[in-house]
Amino acid sequence: MEWLIQVLNSVQYGLLLFLVASGLTLIFGIMGVINLAHGSFYMIGAYLAFSLTQWTGNLWVALPLGIILAAVLGLLLEWLLIGRLYRRDHLHQVLLTFGLILVFEELRSITVGDDVHSVVIPAILGGSLPLTENLSYPVYRLFISAVCLALAAAMYLTIQKTRLGMMIRAGASNPEMAQSLGVNIRWIHALVFAAGVALAAFAGMIAAPVSSVFPGMGNQVLIVCFVVVVIGGIGSLKGALVASLLIGFADTFGKVLVPELAGVAVYLLMAIVLLFRPAGLFGRV
Amino acid sequence: MTTRRRFVQQLGALASASAVGALAPTFARAQSAKLRVGLMLPYTGTYAALGTAITQGFNIALEENGGKLGGRDVEFFTVDDESEPAKATDNANRLVQRDKVDVLIGTVHSGVVMAMVKIARDTGTLLVIPNAGANAATRSQCAPNIFRTSFTNWQPAHPMGKVMYERGHRKVVTLTWKYGAGEESVESFKEAFTKQGGAIVKEMYLPFPNVEFQPFITEIASLRPDAVFVFFAGGGAVKFTKDYAAAGLKDKIPLYGSGFLTDGTLEAQGASAQGLLTTLHYGDGIENAKNKQFRYAYGKKYGVQADVYAVQGYDACLLLAGGLAAVKGSFGDKKALYGALEKVKIDSPRGVWTMSKAHNPIQDIYLRRVEGNANQVIGIAWKALDDPANGCKMQA
Repeated sequence: MEWLIQVLNSVQYGLLLFLVASGLTLIFGIMGVINLAHGSFYMIGAYLAFSLTQWTGNLWVALPLGIILAAVLGLLLEWLLIGRLYRRDHLHQVLLTFGLILVFEELRSITVGDDVHSVVIPAILGGSLPLTENLSYPVYRLFISAVCLALAAAMYLTIQKTRLGMMIRAGASNPEMAQSLGVNIRWIHALVFAAGVALAAFAGMIAAPVSSVFPGMGNQVLIVCFVVVVIGGIGSLKGALVASLLIGFADTFGKVLVPELAGVAVYLLMAIVLLFRPAGLFGRV
Repeated sequence: MTTRRRFVQQLGALASASAVGALAPTFARAQSAKLRVGLMLPYTGTYAALGTAITQGFNIALEENGGKLGGRDVEFFTVDDESEPAKATDNANRLVQRDKVDVLIGTVHSGVVMAMVKIARDTGTLLVIPNAGANAATRSQCAPNIFRTSFTNWQPAHPMGKVMYERGHRKVVTLTWKYGAGEESVESFKEAFTKQGGAIVKEMYLPFPNVEFQPFITEIASLRPDAVFVFFAGGGAVKFTKDYAAAGLKDKIPLYGSGFLTDGTLEAQGASAQGLLTTLHYGDGIENAKNKQFRYAYGKKYGVQADVYAVQGYDACLLLAGGLAAVKGSFGDKKALYGALEKVKIDSPRGVWTMSKAHNPIQDIYLRRVEGNANQVIGIAWKALDDPANGCKMQA
């Protein structure tokens, strides 16, 4: 029984990781932009959930508001800054997005302060399911997993089955050709970037009630997200999903079975994968 | 992971260091009569709030003393250490070599303080530590010119071993971050608890500052210990108590910790922390005139409630005021000065305490229970607790 619960823990952690990392891999794969500030968008999402829930008194109202704000922020950033870097070296992108991390952390400090905050779980999901006689599982954690699965399916369908998805894929593989065939690449890029920001912020928002909201939370998640992208293969959504779940399992069972190695389990996994598949599990070489 | 984060922090450090450097020349060079006090504390980053509270506590005591120490006016030299061990040596050297401070005060982070300890030992500069609990600073690395007004990591956790045994717990699981303060706290608890006759069923660690606790909580539920002892602080403390309560374990397997688990975090912890018992050298509602007076003065001046960090800063100033008054503010006879500092009886908001031979407080450790947004003191867990100071050889 305990094993099954640990499997549940693994899947739940993995799915949430996927939600954050999917935006990163999309931006990386489709636009070729290394976005170090991705963790900041996760942090911004969490703080939005906190502020908007305080303001509106309800997480359900805060969520859509937050997504809209995050998407607008994404569009603005793409238009003002990121859009100027597509043709530049990766180093410039790293410098710019690293600068953004500092700016966002400082803005957070000025506007909300450096305290730890918590977000109340909506009453309807506040309960727990008893699993064993002394352990229960919070319903809200199951809700997070369900939302992540639904979003993963929606993303897959959008990219593989819709006209928009076709244009995005075309833009990723050959932007010049796609442009000359009448696809507005500028617009596609802005859209993808905004979607990536919104995904990360959304992950921050729904994670806020269980993770609490604290300074530096974005940097913690950023590193793991890059591991996900590397293991899964740059730009591959399927890869990101598989890699997130793998990391969920490696982290959870690493902590329980070999606590001495818990800190490196995830990176060991990455090293092993890279040894056999240098481009990641689903990467295009 | 570490390298990347360190890189991030270093770049941040670079930016603020240049800002400090730009300000420095505007400080007027002191007349020889002024006492040069170097404050090396975190004013940005995770521990910013702690550095600020320590500074404010120090200022309250200085004001009560008419703005003077040992009859001399005070001139401050301030460095933001950002809780960054990599920059600690440079920062401390800047105060000691360039600003030629008479006394160095700092800091919060244990890794940073060890660099300051080394410089204090090398240069003979007087060092007062107002928070960092690294055992070594008043154990193997103790020195005549190094004083601490806070605690060793050993101190707040040790009495919990006795408290938990007396409350009938025999089999306990421990969980903490795998880093200095966490390991030293758990080690100290374990020592006291097993000495009483209790057994540690399992010691669990996770990398600092990881907060994915779910696997451990599942493990605790299946091990079914009598109770759990943890060391967490700040954001990690909030997340842990919430996860623990959400798993339904709070009322089934009692949770204990050293006081940092519930200090400065109660508002965010909400219901998940209510009723928790912790041990620390300070708490809310300590009934003495000094505490009331301090809390009133602090609240009036800064508009916030005083906390344990403010008290430690306040005591750092009391220590200097007492010691320097005895030698009329003179640094001429170092031996006389250190002797005077050793003998100061600190009338602190936490209760009266004295310096141990290793220069660490001999102090009461309180048992506190979380009630609403306060850590209410419900008793003294250990009267006048002195750190064992293993390996301290003081060379006079």
